[in-house]
Amino acid sequence: MSHHIIQADNLKYTYPDGRQALNGVTFKILHGESVGIVGANGAGKSTLLMHLVGVLFPDEGEVRIGEVPVIKKTLPVIRQSVGMVFQDPDDQLFMTTVYDDVAFGPRNYKLPEEEVDKRVKSSLETVGILHLMDRPPYKLSGGEKRAAAIATVLAMNPDILVMDEPSSALDPKSRRRLITLLQRFAHTKIIATHDLDMVLELCERTIILKDGKVITDGPTVEILANEELMEKCGLEMPLGLQNCPVCGAKKAT
Amino acid sequence: MSNMIASLYNIRLLDELAEKTTIIHNLHPLVKVLTTCLYLIITVSFNKYELSGLLPLFFYPVIVMALADIPVVPLLKRMIVVSPFIIGIGLFNPLFDHDPVVILPWMQISGGWISFFSILTKGVLTILAALLLIATTGMTRIAAALGMMRIPKVFILQLILTYRYISVLIEEVGRTVRAYSLRSRGEKGIRFSDWGSLTGQLLIRTLERAQRVYYSMCCRGFTGEYNAGSEKRIRTGDILYFAGWSLYFVVVRYFNIPATIGSLITGVGR
Repeated sequence: MSHHIIQADNLKYTYPDGRQALNGVTFKILHGESVGIVGANGAGKSTLLMHLVGVLFPDEGEVRIGEVPVIKKTLPVIRQSVGMVFQDPDDQLFMTTVYDDVAFGPRNYKLPEEEVDKRVKSSLETVGILHLMDRPPYKLSGGEKRAAAIATVLAMNPDILVMDEPSSALDPKSRRRLITLLQRFAHTKIIATHDLDMVLELCERTIILKDGKVITDGPTVEILANEELMEKCGLEMPLGLQNCPVCGAKKAT
Repeated sequence: MSNMIASLYNIRLLDELAEKTTIIHNLHPLVKVLTTCLYLIITVSFNKYELSGLLPLFFYPVIVMALADIPVVPLLKRMIVVSPFIIGIGLFNPLFDHDPVVILPWMQISGGWISFFSILTKGVLTILAALLLIATTGMTRIAAALGMMRIPKVFILQLILTYRYISVLIEEVGRTVRAYSLRSRGEKGIRFSDWGSLTGQLLIRTLERAQRVYYSMCCRGFTGEYNAGSEKRIRTGDILYFAGWSLYFVVVRYFNIPATIGSLITGVGR
């Protein structure tokens, strides 16, 4: 299953306004891995994700999904195997009904309408909103919108799921539901987020970005528990690893 | 400000109406687009003094509205928004065109007024027909129908994306204006000196937002073609619908039905 490997090699990217967002990012993510990408605001997380799906192209270096380099010519293949969930679900839902939104991707690949129907229904069922199929997306709640946005990506049958801040703006219950949902997925997952507790639960590996560079890359528990490192990167230990806020008792390690 | 937010939901009303499943909604989109086109051509082809001949054309929107279960008031509200433009076009006709036209033996009206009302009626009819087409078909299916008519892809895409951009724009306007009003000490509207920066901001923000929407479309395999799903085949009912209306429109165009009925009645009266 070599084509589920994601390889970034010395990625450099500068925005047209002169801001350097990526400054030599290198990593390799293997099939079935679940990786959290964390870092302070402006560290380059979203820019990095955009490179993985070929929305942006690096000034230097390259991204490879399996054997395929991410370049303009290979985009149709890349986009079938890498599904991206955007930070704001409103950016991803633009049709008049949830059904049409989820069907948008498969229809672009000219699948027969029965197959489209099957995929739409099974993705909506997976995220638990099959009953909202005929509703207009803008009338859904935040959590439902997020679920719909994930369904739009699942309907493409991707091997790799790339998510930008999936738990932002969700209430605690919806966030929990999302985490449980993502735990069930066998896809290779790359999650850029500030929600470090979610990273702790979902990802066995974490990459910390700072000023467009990889500061550290390794097992999540080790990295997130390293107070000094977290502080240096403008982050904070996840609440789950911090001492009790009421009695100050230390967390059992 | 609440008007602004309310209008946001209003603009989507047409999309929501398009999701109904009445007999009109179930017709093939191509048939509806063609019928509407023919209707528009027939409507504008009337001479500027032929006011009475236009009247039977009102049957079309009324019948479609009734069969498609489309509420009248929201459509009329949208008509009011456009009406200043129509009135603006015809406004000077009564002033410059004083030729008397005989309506009834004892009543004369200047040609200017007749042509003014004729423009107004044509405006109302054509806009109603266009609104009804959107409300019974939906933009994506209209785009599919235009595709079947071999209209170049680039025009269809332009149409669809512009239509999408309207709601993106309105959402941003709603947010910006709400934030502005919260900090403007109860002033009404937006101060003239702030217009420039506000519209500039809006343009940049909506462009960015539109860009993100476009990216997310690209990520799902969008390559410039809007696929609304495979359309049903054209059935006999669809053909009959188109043929029926075409026949009616042509009859209305070549026979002044109100005048004929009028002369029949007066003829009988004699």
